[in-house]
Amino acid sequence: MRVVADTTVCQGHQLCQGEAPDVFGFDEEADVVVLLDEQPDESRRADVTTAVKYCPAFALSIEEDPSMKESGDA
Amino acid sequence: MTLTTTDLLADVPEVSTRLDDQDPSVPEIIRGTGHLPEMRVDPIGLFTRVREECGDVGRFRLADKDVVMVTGAEANEEFFRAPEEVLDQAAAYPFMTPIFGKGVVFDASPEERQQMLKNQALRGDMMRGHAQTIEAEIRRMVADWGDEGEIDLLDFFAELTIYTTSSCLIGKPFREELDASFAHHYHELEHGTDAIAYVDPYADIDNFKMRDAARLKLVDLVQQIIDKRVLRGKVAREDRDLLDVLISLKNEDGTDQFTADLVTGIFISMMFAGHHTSSGTASWAMIELMRHPEVMESVVAELDELYADGSEVSFQALREIPILESALKETLRLHPPLIILMRLVQQDFELLGHTIPAGTLIAASPRVSNRIEEDFPNAESFDPSRYIDPNQEDLQNKWTWIPFGAGKHRCVGNAFAMMQMKAIFSVILRDFEFTPAQPVDSYKDDFTKMVIQLEQPCRVTYKRRVR
Repeated sequence: MRVVADTTVCQGHQLCQGEAPDVFGFDEEADVVVLLDEQPDESRRADVTTAVKYCPAFALSIEEDPSMKESGDA
Repeated sequence: MTLTTTDLLADVPEVSTRLDDQDPSVPEIIRGTGHLPEMRVDPIGLFTRVREECGDVGRFRLADKDVVMVTGAEANEEFFRAPEEVLDQAAAYPFMTPIFGKGVVFDASPEERQQMLKNQALRGDMMRGHAQTIEAEIRRMVADWGDEGEIDLLDFFAELTIYTTSSCLIGKPFREELDASFAHHYHELEHGTDAIAYVDPYADIDNFKMRDAARLKLVDLVQQIIDKRVLRGKVAREDRDLLDVLISLKNEDGTDQFTADLVTGIFISMMFAGHHTSSGTASWAMIELMRHPEVMESVVAELDELYADGSEVSFQALREIPILESALKETLRLHPPLIILMRLVQQDFELLGHTIPAGTLIAASPRVSNRIEEDFPNAESFDPSRYIDPNQEDLQNKWTWIPFGAGKHRCVGNAFAMMQMKAIFSVILRDFEFTPAQPVDSYKDDFTKMVIQLEQPCRVTYKRRVR
């Protein structure tokens, strides 16, 4: 999976950091999220999904990498 | 000959007229103001027709202002992404100034104020404390309930949310000075959101007289609280609230920097965004749950299971409660507390091939966008399963699922609001059963003001559960 953060709508609530501090960091200066790991390991999916779902600004999303998906069940 | 605003807007279709603006039923002060008389009596009909007749970009007229109304993902995204210097939020709500008070001038822009609110009172690490406060306030509200009785949804939730917002945003000592009369006067301020304000927010009409009288009553209540504080003298830093801080500030000549009038205005403005919105959402969630007993049953079962181990409401309200959350989201989709979001165009604005000239008002409608059939199949039906993974119709339609708005201006209090709703329903649905005390289809909103509230009566019967 690939994590995408739209910093033009991020409001700096920092809730994502609570869910997955290894994936989401914070740029104090700009008051917005920074991605620490754009392609986190599959084992991080649950926390990242929660961060996306509960982002108060709807600034986060997950994009599936199609090549990864196909190799999934092989 | 110079081009007028309307000439420039000629390629944006204008919606039809249903209520003649010279009709005898129209108050004299707003005769000849285009669609304003209709917006005052049937705003939803008007906004819905804009989309039906004009598509994603249409317009209607409020007195001497054209209002371009956008719907649909593409136009909404342009609207919500536009920077403040292009689409100005503050200038679009003329009815707020007399509610806050003329003297309430902040040194900060609305954006900075929103940021301050977020940084001070709505920080993620403060949510636990707020959750505890809210749980305690709900328990106080139901403490004197017997085994069975009746409540009015508007009265009940408007009072509860006065206590929760004042306690969380201003401070506990201030909240302790409030009772139902503060909630009553605060609610009366909403008369000031009569759309006649688009012609003159100080017009000599009953609604504005009620607004001004209510504001004076609130100033009087705040003055009494200030007098008590002055008599009491200073208290330890940890026992101070925002009111103590404000009244301690002096001008150079030793006079008070903040009069009761100013303090009241500041508090009104701080509480406004979170009050009628949360109160209305809680009421409609209750109504939708009563209208859909199967959903009510699954929410209650979810809560019973979640709290079976004795865990705290203030802990769980900050965590996932999937079925309750989906019912709340669906309530917000069908009954967004704000049906129109406005901006004033400050610089010519390019929108889907049109140039919207400076001076125009531009609006998005949560009420219309939230019910777009292509994005929300069976849009008129209450269906919480839309949000259960992997559907997530809210995340998939981030520019049309807009009960909280979208983009940079998306309601900064939305996480607080959802937590508050989860806490409220966790407490009341585990201790009580609710049934409608009037025909279930008779609950409806009063749309005659820009701030929408339930029309009374909106009565509900409660019965203590045997667990």
